[in-house]
Amino acid sequence: MLIRHTATLAAMLLLGTAPFAQAADKPTDPQIAHIAYTAGVIDVEAAKLAIGKSKNKDVVDFANDMVRDHEAVNLQALDLVKKLKVTPEDNATSQALSKAAADERAKLAKLEGAAFDKAYVDNEVAYHKQVNGALETLLIPSASNAELKSLLETGLKIFQGHEQHAEHVAGMLK
Amino acid sequence: MSKRHLWIALTLAIGIVPAQAETIQVTIDKLVFSPASVEAKAGDTIEWVNKDVFAHTATVKGGWEVMIPPKKSASLTLQKAETVDYFCRFHPNMKGRLVVAP
Repeated sequence: MLIRHTATLAAMLLLGTAPFAQAADKPTDPQIAHIAYTAGVIDVEAAKLAIGKSKNKDVVDFANDMVRDHEAVNLQALDLVKKLKVTPEDNATSQALSKAAADERAKLAKLEGAAFDKAYVDNEVAYHKQVNGALETLLIPSASNAELKSLLETGLKIFQGHEQHAEHVAGMLK
Repeated sequence: MSKRHLWIALTLAIGIVPAQAETIQVTIDKLVFSPASVEAKAGDTIEWVNKDVFAHTATVKGGWEVMIPPKKSASLTLQKAETVDYFCRFHPNMKGRLVVAP
């Protein structure tokens, strides 16, 4: 049962349809920590690609903001798991997220100039929306440790800010 | 106290001498400006105290911007009477307001 649901979730993530949303099984705290950390790493990697490729100052500034914030959140996450003596546990959702992100990066890497800028920023809007949805409906409600829950709630506010920031940059590219 | 002295004291008290400029603190904690709305006078200084590990800004659209580094403070002296809404440019969901009286 657990394996089947996890596999279904992974498949949905790969297909990009309503990722996370249909998760039948409540993730554990070590899994939640791993998913949240992975989601941050993914955005940092995408931002580093943009910093290397984009010639647009607004896009590069935005990407630098993403690196700075997500690295700061993840540093807090690492401090917390150490304090709580929790070992983040790899899981199908983290793996599916990483796989989807690798595919997206490969797609972005082939684009140049304005086409790259638009694709990167549009994906940032979509990605933050997706992660925010997962935080709100799945990760925060499932977290049992109060400090982890609180860090996820701060993370949600940060990511909601990024979503609006990305939408603003997307508007400037038009 | 003579009547004359009392008169001088009263005059001072009702503010013919300009009021001392104040420094008003706005704390930033977990992406919230607190208090969200501040009443101040021109000449006062707003000091934003950032408790987050994230950099923030206090930005007025088409106006000024103050950078507030992580775990640091930043200040702005209010030049004129105006009511302005400001936000954090990095996290536009963070909002605040300054109501500045003359």
